[in-house]
Amino acid sequence: MKYTEEHEWLDNSDGVITVGITEHAATQLGDIVFIELPDVGREVTKGEEIVVIESVKAASDITSPLDGEITEVNEALADNPGLVNEDAEAAWFFKMTTTTPEEMDDMMDEDAYKEFIE
Amino acid sequence: MTTEPTDPIKLPLDALHAELGGKMVPFAGHSMPVQYAMGVMGEHLHTREKAGLFDVSHMGQMVIRGEGRAEALERLLPIDVVGLKEGRQRYGLLMLPDGGVADDLMVANRGDHLLMVVNGAMKCLDLEIVQAGMPDHDVTLLEDRALLALQGPSAEAVLAGLVPEAAEMRFMDVRTLDWDGTELWVSRSGYTGEDGYEISVPVARAEAFARALLAHEDAAPIGLGARDSLRLEAGMPLYGQDLTAETTPVEAGLGWAIQKVRRTGGAREGGFPGADRVLAELAEGATRKRVGLRPQGRAPMRTGVALYADETGGDPVGEVTSGGFGPSVGAPVAMGYVPADCAVGTVLYGDVRGKRLPVTVADLPFHTPRYKR
Repeated sequence: MKYTEEHEWLDNSDGVITVGITEHAATQLGDIVFIELPDVGREVTKGEEIVVIESVKAASDITSPLDGEITEVNEALADNPGLVNEDAEAAWFFKMTTTTPEEMDDMMDEDAYKEFIE
Repeated sequence: MTTEPTDPIKLPLDALHAELGGKMVPFAGHSMPVQYAMGVMGEHLHTREKAGLFDVSHMGQMVIRGEGRAEALERLLPIDVVGLKEGRQRYGLLMLPDGGVADDLMVANRGDHLLMVVNGAMKCLDLEIVQAGMPDHDVTLLEDRALLALQGPSAEAVLAGLVPEAAEMRFMDVRTLDWDGTELWVSRSGYTGEDGYEISVPVARAEAFARALLAHEDAAPIGLGARDSLRLEAGMPLYGQDLTAETTPVEAGLGWAIQKVRRTGGAREGGFPGADRVLAELAEGATRKRVGLRPQGRAPMRTGVALYADETGGDPVGEVTSGGFGPSVGAPVAMGYVPADCAVGTVLYGDVRGKRLPVTVADLPFHTPRYKR
């Protein structure tokens, strides 16, 4: 598992990367009431805003962690966005393929992320 | 004249908020708890189901003394103050000369004085307006009393456990009650759409009193976040957003607050700032009005979202002034201003991040109040 400074987690399984937000991020956001997911098949570039999250407090964005293409989204979140607050590690947002897999090597591992949020 | 930036003022219960895990934010010049460990959603639902305790000590408690105070106050407010009986409270509006609203407030007749509870962010300006408008009266903002709100279906049981007479009060009654040698100024009112009380307590005894209330198993501390979603569902305007110097009482849907005696043909007709415009709008209607708004999707429409008549093109016809997720409604809710001819059921389109999403004009409130009348 890898982590970004945007508080996303990335799980690479045979070239398909599953992306969600960390428990730390979910706690900071508070009760999540709305999630807008990208279209499957969308070509995305690193840093592009592709997910909108609305909590009881405010709206925020999730950016694409890598260049690539969205291959699947977690439709369950659209109907029940509170799943992210219940278990952020299980409630993935989208899956993607990437043209720049080597960039994951430079991302934080779990220990580095823990240090980052302290 | 310039003013130095100052740190937010700490409330009398600051240490208790910290102990209870309150997340403090600056609000209306004060350091206020936005939420506790339960979170905004949980705190909102707890208040609707049991009882929530809110620290609203940032609000201004303005005491007005002197002969003829009710008549004099009617020169500033468009409401019936003279007819307000001792031991009763009513909603009022501090008016500006052009018919805009300087603040909304509660005024209580407490026998030998009137007590006005005004918004925290406006209290200093309000004091200037009232003192200027009532130069022959003694008008002061109390510094030595905290203000707590206890709201929800268990509020009566919680407060009556400490002060049994509280159970005898009905909606908008005000009384002075004794708790353990401490003088409480209690009103049966609130800002959540639930039964409950607002209680003024001397600063020196505020923490002990709050702890005594929280000792009841049904009572929990509630932050500003849930206070906002509760009042939004209850259809109550927030001064500074839904009600401003640029909105008139009639536009804001608050014509009900202006009693017959102050209207055209009444015994004490007009005589308040902006009366010409307000009385004309009461008779003929305003061009825009504050309404409820129900976004059709799940995306909340927040303050500032522009409203359009059509899915594409055209200029905005209105604006969202408050909006978010309504935990008791289970869906996004909002309020805002639309043209006066927009009937309930009209579909408009709110611009959310560049997309026009459908939103239906709805009746207020979204949550039916449960007052003990």
